[in-house]
Amino acid sequence: MNKELRRVSIVVLVMFLALFSSSTVIQVFQQDNLRADDRNVRTLYASFSAERGPILVDGEPIAVSVPVDDEYKYQRTYTDGELYSAVTGYFTLNQGNTGIEGSLNDYLSGTANEQFLDQLNAVFTGQNPKGAAVELTIDPVVQQAAWDALGDQKGAVIALDPSTGAILAMVSKPAYDPSELATHDAAAFREAYDRLIDDPDDPLINRTIAGDLNPPGSTFKLIVTATALENGLSPDTKFPNPPTLKLPQSDSVITNAEGGACGGGSTATIATALRLSCNIPFAQLGLQLGYSKIAQQARKFGFEDDGITIPMSVEPSVYPPTQSDAEQMLSSFGQASDRVSPLQMAMVSAAIANGGRLMTPTLVESISAPDLTVLQGFEPTEYGTPISQATASTLASMMVDGVSNGAASNARINGVAVAGKTGTAENGAGAPYTLWFTGFAPADDPRVAVAVVVENGGGLGQSGFGNLVAAPIARTVMEAVLNR
Amino acid sequence: MTVVEAEPRSTATGSIRVRLRTPARRRNMELALLLFAFALSGAAVTLVQLGALGRVGTTVLALCALLAILLLGLHVVLRVVAPDADPFLVPIATALNGLGIAEITRLDIADGLNGWDAAGIRQIAWAAIAISLAIATVIVIRNHRILQRFRYIAMFTAFLLLVLPVIPGIRSPRFGAYIWIQVGPLSFQPGELAKIALAIFFAGYLVQARDSLSMVGRRILGIQFPRARDLGPILVVWVLAMGVLVMQRDLGTSLLYFGLFLVMLYVATGRLSWIVLGLALFLGGAYAASRILGYVGARFDAWLDSFNQTIYDQQGGSYQLVQGLFGLANGGMVGTGLGQGRPDIVPLAESDYIIASLGEELGLVGLFAILGLYLLLVSRGFRIGFTGQDDFGRLLGVGLSFVVALQVFVVIGGVTRVIPLTGLTTPFLAAGGSSLVANWIIVALLLRLSDSVRSQPQLVVEQDR
Repeated sequence: MNKELRRVSIVVLVMFLALFSSSTVIQVFQQDNLRADDRNVRTLYASFSAERGPILVDGEPIAVSVPVDDEYKYQRTYTDGELYSAVTGYFTLNQGNTGIEGSLNDYLSGTANEQFLDQLNAVFTGQNPKGAAVELTIDPVVQQAAWDALGDQKGAVIALDPSTGAILAMVSKPAYDPSELATHDAAAFREAYDRLIDDPDDPLINRTIAGDLNPPGSTFKLIVTATALENGLSPDTKFPNPPTLKLPQSDSVITNAEGGACGGGSTATIATALRLSCNIPFAQLGLQLGYSKIAQQARKFGFEDDGITIPMSVEPSVYPPTQSDAEQMLSSFGQASDRVSPLQMAMVSAAIANGGRLMTPTLVESISAPDLTVLQGFEPTEYGTPISQATASTLASMMVDGVSNGAASNARINGVAVAGKTGTAENGAGAPYTLWFTGFAPADDPRVAVAVVVENGGGLGQSGFGNLVAAPIARTVMEAVLNR
Repeated sequence: MTVVEAEPRSTATGSIRVRLRTPARRRNMELALLLFAFALSGAAVTLVQLGALGRVGTTVLALCALLAILLLGLHVVLRVVAPDADPFLVPIATALNGLGIAEITRLDIADGLNGWDAAGIRQIAWAAIAISLAIATVIVIRNHRILQRFRYIAMFTAFLLLVLPVIPGIRSPRFGAYIWIQVGPLSFQPGELAKIALAIFFAGYLVQARDSLSMVGRRILGIQFPRARDLGPILVVWVLAMGVLVMQRDLGTSLLYFGLFLVMLYVATGRLSWIVLGLALFLGGAYAASRILGYVGARFDAWLDSFNQTIYDQQGGSYQLVQGLFGLANGGMVGTGLGQGRPDIVPLAESDYIIASLGEELGLVGLFAILGLYLLLVSRGFRIGFTGQDDFGRLLGVGLSFVVALQVFVVIGGVTRVIPLTGLTTPFLAAGGSSLVANWIIVALLLRLSDSVRSQPQLVVEQDR
């Protein structure tokens, strides 16, 4: 019996050796592969369980993770969630993140490469890993001013410092409360998400940089004028000045916004056409310059560039090739298939304000580790020089005329030279206009460049126009910067 | 040192015995190890609460202290009724039971369960019942040879216990398997107790029948095969195992019973042919079952191709298996620390998958320690087989310890992909009353058997031979 028992003992030993081996294989040799499997939610939960870094505005947190008594350990909370929703975006449990929460997720969750040593340190000290803090360039006063000024309009406001590219305000309306989407209650999340995604006004879309971009209308004339000046034309170059113009090979007739000729006289200069925002001279100028020159200029300002990140990626503005002279003429005053983001128009103004040097726009001032060492500081970088200094200063004074003595009069600020350009873009027969303003102030020493878009005609259908609705909003925002 | 004796013995053997060994030392060793097991369990229960909650609740610890008192009671009873019993059995079972309670409590915390809803609290209650029954067993069964007389009663008991879960009215199918019964609020897995009854029956029957099973037969390829008419018993047990497979839809239990019988048959007869024959029968049956019974085939698919997305997503597919592997990987070498992992992600983390939960939080190191404890427990049982005085006792000791070893292998082997996953409980660790009761009774029987081994003075026996 003992012989058999010895054999059975060996069998038992082999069985246990198999278990020792299999557990070793799984826990040691296959560990990395198993951890990397995208069905392994532990890796994901680990990122929630780390204390996510805060998002700061002027040193004050606008998004923080606070300890809670559930399996995710921390709850993301937003102070003034709606006010900053375009900036922060939302942070969900595995349902996608947007805004800064999405684009800087690596840093906020503490998993960026620069934070590797911190993670290692946390393993050995047994402390919970912490994410990095992101300080934004947003100025809370300007942000609030932009939020208040836009009121209940559907649209967007963006303000930036032309000399650095720092974004001072970013508002998109309708907004939403990201707290609703940060909930750990799956049903509440689903309800909130479905409601927001089904909302026809698309509150989840940040209109300053994304969404179905709007036609720029007359604000596009800044780009056409820049093209003209860069190609040797002077502001005094004259064009025939009829009250109406029939488009070539077409029955369509275009008019100037105010009706009649542009400022009287049989000819109109580029300067007058820009100041009064006349369509007919620009149609002729755009046709004369041709598509490729204008497109090239537009690209220098940032059009078609899908690599702009602030750090959220920016939907490129487009000036698509025109198929006919008629379309070329329409596209020259911001109609046809031209589509732009407010950020793009603010970049145009900023380049003009900054003597032709376009600074790369950004929302991030610095990223600091929990021990306050700076992981990434942001030096202003130059995006490019789309126009010469001379062109910039000429354009600037033309834009100042537009405000002081032209179509952008509602952007005037007492005692300050404001440069600006309005836009009133058509969206098809009967559809409400898209109302624009872009500009900067003070013109002689620019501290802020803005772009405002108001969709749905500002609630006024086809009777609203840029100077009536968008310019006052921009003025309030610029005043907020100047009063700082 | 004086010895407490159940019956007075002759002074001659008594003096030899006293010279040879000092039984009280064994009990003192047991006490020391038991206190260590208490400390280990208490620390584990404290750590899971600190890790998962950040504070320590006193309820579970207080209840564990009551269990400790009960275990000290068992220890005192052993000093009186089985002073020579193996000193490792109770501490090992205590440590495993305590670790199980700690990890189940940890999962209760993750699931937000309190009071009677908490599996950990129920586990403590069941442990109290199980330990009480173990105490009763060592008191009532003073001589294990009595059990040999009850072998046919044991057989009928086993049969009854196996049939219970398929009887309408009390049956309670869960996860596709018919291994539970439900009477009022109480649910039970009779199969856990059946394995003890089967071990008693097999031991009693084989001691009696082994001569005819081993002596006669013809040799084929150098292996002596039994006569056709001696095939009866193995066929009966095979039919029983297949019946479990088909009626209860439980591959693990089926494998457990058949494996137990085969090993006991082999040890009793010394005929390898029984193993060959038995394995052929079982593998044939299992293969046929895997083709005919959908659930067996699905288990094999999930085992062989666990990471296949289709199988992963399937109902009854590899989701649980793969999630368990993720948990183990998360633990790695040293584990996340008690209360610090996410074992609650895996379905049935507190019962079938307790070993993955512990592997995640204690790591490979902890898993090795647990496997080491099981191995030690089994080896103490095998010791009875090696050194016992009567063949019934030896066979029963081997059977009971092998059934623990096989169950550990089937469960942990299933979780770690050595074999297809089946739904057996991990002895002492997994949440579940039937399993605890059965395994503590096994410990009680092994205690009784080991006491009888030791209380036979070897010197005298050797003179007898």
